[in-house]
Amino acid sequence: MFRNQYDTDVTTWSPTGRLFQVEYAMEAVKQGSAAIGLRSRSHVVLACVNKAQSELSSHQKKIFKVDDHIGVAIAGLTADGRVLSRYMRSEAINHSFTYESPLPVGRLVVHLADKAQVCTQRSWKRPYGVGLLVGGLDESGAHLYYNCPSGNYFEYQAFAIGSRSQAAKTYLERRFESFGDSSREDLIKDAILAVRETLQGETLKSSLCTVSVLGVGEPFHFLDQETIQKVIDTFEKVPEDEAGEAGEAGEGEAEAAAAAAPAEQGGGGAGDQDVAPMEM
Amino acid sequence: MTKQHANWSPYDNNGGTCVAIAGSDYCVIAADTRMSTGYSILSRDYSKIHKLADKAVLSSSGFQADVKALQKVLKSRHLVYQHQHNKQMSCPAMAQLLSNTLYFKRFFPYYAFNVLGGLDEEGKGCVFTYDAVGSYEKVGYSAQGSGSTLIMPFLDNQLKSPSPLLLPAQDAITPLSEPEAVDLVKTVFASATERDIYTGDKLEIMILKADGIRTEVMELRKD
Repeated sequence: MFRNQYDTDVTTWSPTGRLFQVEYAMEAVKQGSAAIGLRSRSHVVLACVNKAQSELSSHQKKIFKVDDHIGVAIAGLTADGRVLSRYMRSEAINHSFTYESPLPVGRLVVHLADKAQVCTQRSWKRPYGVGLLVGGLDESGAHLYYNCPSGNYFEYQAFAIGSRSQAAKTYLERRFESFGDSSREDLIKDAILAVRETLQGETLKSSLCTVSVLGVGEPFHFLDQETIQKVIDTFEKVPEDEAGEAGEAGEGEAEAAAAAAPAEQGGGGAGDQDVAPMEM
Repeated sequence: MTKQHANWSPYDNNGGTCVAIAGSDYCVIAADTRMSTGYSILSRDYSKIHKLADKAVLSSSGFQADVKALQKVLKSRHLVYQHQHNKQMSCPAMAQLLSNTLYFKRFFPYYAFNVLGGLDEEGKGCVFTYDAVGSYEKVGYSAQGSGSTLIMPFLDNQLKSPSPLLLPAQDAITPLSEPEAVDLVKTVFASATERDIYTGDKLEIMILKADGIRTEVMELRKD
């Protein structure tokens, strides 16, 4: 995409009928670190890559609980994502208050999409620079939606957004037809494998990814490092490329990382003492 | 010209009594299950106790429609708190929130007489007692509702609360053990049921401890 005379503000159409500012906003999503979502008939798994600014800092929170039955993973401008998560939480609470029942996921994504659309039609605003993977469970079953900065939304069986998400999407495209009947454990394994695809060569460690699950009889929650590491161990046992040394070194590192990593999003309560101030 | 008075009231009193007692590592919250209006009974099995957080349980008598609305508001506010702080509200925090929520409607109050019971940050039992507009106080025990005037003097006698004006402040927590406190609650309700027509049917007792909440139900006189 190149600079042109129609891309200065969002309220300018190009002669070919495009809104460049909106398309640039979608570029911001592609630059963010990867987020992946998949669903079966009864569960939805959201996973993302934890990328920190530097070795000194903690990684950014990219998966948020919206309600017991809805979670959202974001890619792009995480600040915009945080604000939208707050909006989604408030929508869920208000719906619960008025109707004494959980907010259907389809309604939530429409609210979100309408909110995003407003920013594409006001000269004093800018589009939200964040893509949202909204996963949830309601009376009509498990759902996964992708909300765009453009104000569009689509439903998916599985999807990946952010940088190097194409690798994950290729993996998911091969397997998605079986997801509907997948067990919870297989779904989690597929999510972590999809995350591995986006890492492209880097050794997969539990400290590098965050995974959340929700489903029938299971409110939204994060999986702790141990659980994720156990799943990784089931397929990373075979050492890659070179000698067994590389594999062992990778696993040794992984254990140390898992032990040293603070209870980021999993524990809530007690584990928060050793979390970096940026986490809060 | 005499002032015209309303021929309709937005409030009603559904009766009932609520009691709470704080112990060294437990809290007992109890309420009868009779819901009435005037001289009629609406339900013999209506719970006036509501869990707001892991360590905070609210019991309210008065106008149950207002009580229900109040519970809903507090529940939503608690969810917001959990999203923002990543943990449940402590009992003292909930106590302040309840007070603020009540005062917010100072000029059209919730007709709710509340007793909030739970465990504080140190794990000791705590009880907070309220009026309809949010004035509250941390106490060792309290009774609210139609039977409160019958029960409070007896609790004062049995639990020998130190004066709240003493300095240094003395803890009002009862030295009674948990089974003794539960027994005391059953006794006071049995007595109150005898003379208060709005109290009776069943007694619901919630015992809050660090490891969880236990519920007991006891039959009361149904007349």
